[in-house]
Amino acid sequence: MVDRLDFHHMDCVFFQVSSMAKSNEPIWWSLFSAGGVVAAFFVPITIILTGIAVPADWIGAENLRRLLGHPLARLYLGVLISLPLFHWAHRFRYVAADLGLKGMGGMLALVCYSTAILGTVMAIFFLV
Amino acid sequence: MSQDTSRAISKEYIRPMPSNWWLKRKTYFLFMVRELTCVFVGGYALFLLVLATRLHDSEGFAALLKQPVLIALQIIAIPMLLYHSITWLNLTPKVMVLWRGEERVSPTLIAGANYVAWLIVSISITWIVSFFK
Repeated sequence: MVDRLDFHHMDCVFFQVSSMAKSNEPIWWSLFSAGGVVAAFFVPITIILTGIAVPADWIGAENLRRLLGHPLARLYLGVLISLPLFHWAHRFRYVAADLGLKGMGGMLALVCYSTAILGTVMAIFFLV
Repeated sequence: MSQDTSRAISKEYIRPMPSNWWLKRKTYFLFMVRELTCVFVGGYALFLLVLATRLHDSEGFAALLKQPVLIALQIIAIPMLLYHSITWLNLTPKVMVLWRGEERVSPTLIAGANYVAWLIVSISITWIVSFFK
């Protein structure tokens, strides 16, 4: 049972393999997966820095802002905005259906993925 | 419309699923907690997006980081994000099956390597941020 739950999202992919040509699922799943990796490795330390270290004045807010003047730091911030949004979009879409919103699945998917795309466009606009 | 018609024709039985199904067993509940970590992952991304809009506004940037409600939300999000990381890293040996010759590389070793990588990444980022003047 646990294994089935673990592969919940992958099931969705395998299920659609036969109709892959007309499905966007592999794209959304790849972005979900990439966002999951980024969120797992980079987000915990980043939220500890912005949520604890800066408010506690261990790190100056102005120092952090000046660090973000560097192109690599901006790339980091951009990646941490965009990919986790796609991770959220894909996972939230399915969890909302699991919680009983199955009827509005198509609409929900549209809203979720559009939010992630809009967030990415805005991040590029403000960071480039 | 076409979906409604096909549903009317189909004799397929769809078992009703009560929306509190995930409260019935501990494994279901933990599955739901794991799935809901995505809300905090997405919420924090939005916070970073707002922070990105204030890159050229020194006072606004600092004010956002010192906003009490946002600090509280971030502290609430930390355990959820850690749960995301732990469940994600624990799944890597299942997704990534490695063989050394005839022998399967131990799942514990693969997960362990990921935990070490996570630690190194976290220390490196802390080091870069704290030594930048």
